[in-house]
Amino acid sequence: MRFSIEQIRRWCSVALHGRRGTHHARSIAADEPRRYVKTGRAFTAFSSGLLLFASLAVRDASAQIAVKGKKVHTMAGATIDDGVVVLRDGKIAAIGKSAQVPIPDGMRVIEASVVTPGLIDAHSTVGLSGIFNHPHDQDQLERSAPIQPELRALDAYNPKEKLVEWVRSFGITTLHTGHGPGELISGQTFIVKTAGNTVEDALVVEEATIAATLSEEARKGDYMGSDKGGKSPGTRGKMMAMLRQELIKTQEYMRKREKAEDDKKPDRDLKYDALARALKKEIPMLITAHKAQDIANALRLAKEFDLKIILDGAAESHLMIDEIKAAGVPVILHPTMMRAYGEMENMSFETASKLRKAGIPLAIQSGFEGYVPKTRVVLFEAGITAANGQTFEEALASITIDAAKILGIDKRVGSLEVGKDADLALYDGDPFEYTTHCTTTIVNGKVTHEGKR
Amino acid sequence: MRNSTFLVLVSLAMGGGVARAQETPRAFVGARILPIVGSEIERGTLIVDKGKIVAVGPMDSVPIPAGAERIDVSGKTLMPGLVDTHSHIGGIGAADASSPIQPDAREFDAINVRDSGFRRAVAGGLTTLNIMPGSGHLLSGQTVYVKLRGGNTIEDIVIRDSQGEIAGGIKMANGTNSMRDKPFPETRAKSAALVREKYIKAQEYRDKIAKAAGDAEKMPARDIGLEALVEVLEGRRIVHHHTHRHDDIITVLRLSKEFGFRVVLHHVSEAWKVADEIAKAGVPCSVIQVDCPGGKLEASELMFETGGVLERAGAKVAYHTDDWINDSRFFFREAALGVRAGMTRTGALKSLTINGAEMLDLGDRVGSLEPGKDADFVVLSGDPFSVYTHVLQTWVEGKKVFDRDDPKDRLYAVGGYGAGREQQPYFCCFDREDQ
Repeated sequence: MRFSIEQIRRWCSVALHGRRGTHHARSIAADEPRRYVKTGRAFTAFSSGLLLFASLAVRDASAQIAVKGKKVHTMAGATIDDGVVVLRDGKIAAIGKSAQVPIPDGMRVIEASVVTPGLIDAHSTVGLSGIFNHPHDQDQLERSAPIQPELRALDAYNPKEKLVEWVRSFGITTLHTGHGPGELISGQTFIVKTAGNTVEDALVVEEATIAATLSEEARKGDYMGSDKGGKSPGTRGKMMAMLRQELIKTQEYMRKREKAEDDKKPDRDLKYDALARALKKEIPMLITAHKAQDIANALRLAKEFDLKIILDGAAESHLMIDEIKAAGVPVILHPTMMRAYGEMENMSFETASKLRKAGIPLAIQSGFEGYVPKTRVVLFEAGITAANGQTFEEALASITIDAAKILGIDKRVGSLEVGKDADLALYDGDPFEYTTHCTTTIVNGKVTHEGKR
Repeated sequence: MRNSTFLVLVSLAMGGGVARAQETPRAFVGARILPIVGSEIERGTLIVDKGKIVAVGPMDSVPIPAGAERIDVSGKTLMPGLVDTHSHIGGIGAADASSPIQPDAREFDAINVRDSGFRRAVAGGLTTLNIMPGSGHLLSGQTVYVKLRGGNTIEDIVIRDSQGEIAGGIKMANGTNSMRDKPFPETRAKSAALVREKYIKAQEYRDKIAKAAGDAEKMPARDIGLEALVEVLEGRRIVHHHTHRHDDIITVLRLSKEFGFRVVLHHVSEAWKVADEIAKAGVPCSVIQVDCPGGKLEASELMFETGGVLERAGAKVAYHTDDWINDSRFFFREAALGVRAGMTRTGALKSLTINGAEMLDLGDRVGSLEPGKDADFVVLSGDPFSVYTHVLQTWVEGKKVFDRDDPKDRLYAVGGYGAGREQQPYFCCFDREDQ
């Protein structure tokens, strides 16, 4: 075996990884226009940021990596046998067959059997929910009122949460996370990378969706009363009435804010500001619903208020395929290995494949777990669909490019294409096989996991 | 097991089934056979008769008896039915909230055999289960060992020992699950003290019975809880002990030594920290493999590596589903994740079968494909540790209890509308002529 000086130097630096990584992340925050790291829109600032990154590159050559894979699943066209992906300054600089894409001198070369885009968990609560499951690390659900769309995920996310590190070690590089299902409107979700010293470092999209729940857990009041002094709904009819009333109030608020004379404008209200963005279709509503009638309610609500929605969970979506298809609504499907009890009792391992065949946009999520496992791993959940009707490529798409499209971040992540973020997952075999390991995870061009997970 | 008159009538009406269970021998021919005890057979034959295994070996050395039904399973993998040392399907209702130690409460009296979990269990290849009450007590009752052979009541599926007694263990727990508000203990020391106090009572009860020497006048008043604990003291009833943290594990070993009870350590999230001590004590471990550490403090250092670490230390390892924590249909997956994290394939296969059987004192009846053992086996579409492999058939005591080709069974294998409902218990093929 032959080792280059660069490889040896890199190994030495890995030993110092923690301190070094921290230092580096801080230097980015200090030196760069933050928008570059933060937002998808700022990706257009790529060329102007290039010089800054070039100077960083001198300080940290580890940002320059070439990944060689026996199979490179680009998720943008055909799989490349014996491929190479050249990463430069946090972006993909070149990709192709290794015979055709030269690896620049001085680059660290990492090899793997299988290379995929960094995986996207299309819906999680990780970072708001923590590993210990104690009140101090559980911020995914505020129980004080049933409708609180003003709650930002940004203000609650812990980028150093162990669960973030855990999912990253299986190749997950992007998380759509935030306020979980459980209240009628539980708050906002956002999108982060699974690396970064602060939430701002990790940020991709500050406000991704407004999370609503039309399932059992949001019906905490019973039909004769409520455990929140009448605030929480106890029935399906009440849930829909409360949602409709708030959206109608928001329409009134919007009209008055826009039309009224300055001195007659209603006071700004964070709740209605947030719902207004949904009514203006600036962001979708993520509606968690499992039973067929709750899915029907979600579609009806979307039609009445002309909302852009994403169906979430959707255990009985296999019974509602024509309706979902006709509404043109995407589905972020429950974890495949979710427990088949309660509202999930009719779930099927084959739902993903059925939605796929119908042409319904589909992504797979890790969901929320109240006990153990404290988070599921979306790689595993997609793998089970690959054994139950989805092809390998389809299952992989459910946690890469298709998830990116549903979340509106496909210009940046989800496939291996020149100019996209250098987020990669490396495996020593078929990623879905139980006995395969994730050997390397790369986020924004930096190695964030190495070993045999 | 006794068949009720009702069942006999039903099966007669169906033109066979239970009463007629397998009249001719069956030969399963051509599969890759993993007998677990003995080496893997590339293309083998398994002969089954009257609910027992008659022969197993390479195709060219195992003759097919005259009149036997020949079943071609070429290209498939055949191995023993899985043994789950820790399941909660059918309900977990033994002990109630009245006290932390309740050896009188029996899981046997609590099981709903119509729970759809049983149908999912056979779809996952499980054939023998230890169904346990929960872990919210220091001692939550008597567990029950069952065979997924089909039946209409708990009597039909329970395993009975050679004396005709209900086979089962005792469920105990330490750590945080059993530390609750009064009358439960608040601390670990109090937990151990309460357990010691109870076992000392059981010792005294046992001694009084011995001293009475059969004289009814001198016998202590019957106490059904202490009777069960005397069985524990005498080694006839195994303690199945929920425990996570390394120091809690050591506490179990200490109590086991003090009272001489036989114990299986369950879950053992931190066993990797005390693997040598566990191996030295000769105590087996039944491991839970979940997809992530945490969910509570004492499981925050759970590792995929635990099975392999224990195996290398020389401890006996099984996995368990803890269903509903893990769905029984993913039992193979747990051991496969053990392999992912360093366990040997051989060890992982044993951990799903013979090792679990031995932890239930059933190693002479199930857990491997050997002549004389119960004909409990599964037919798989491929390698047991591949995500793409499906359980095609599950057989218990020579009778097919799951067939993926049967739409009614397939519903439980993959899910769908109606899969979660309570169901008539898993006579997969009871209405078919060939059963």
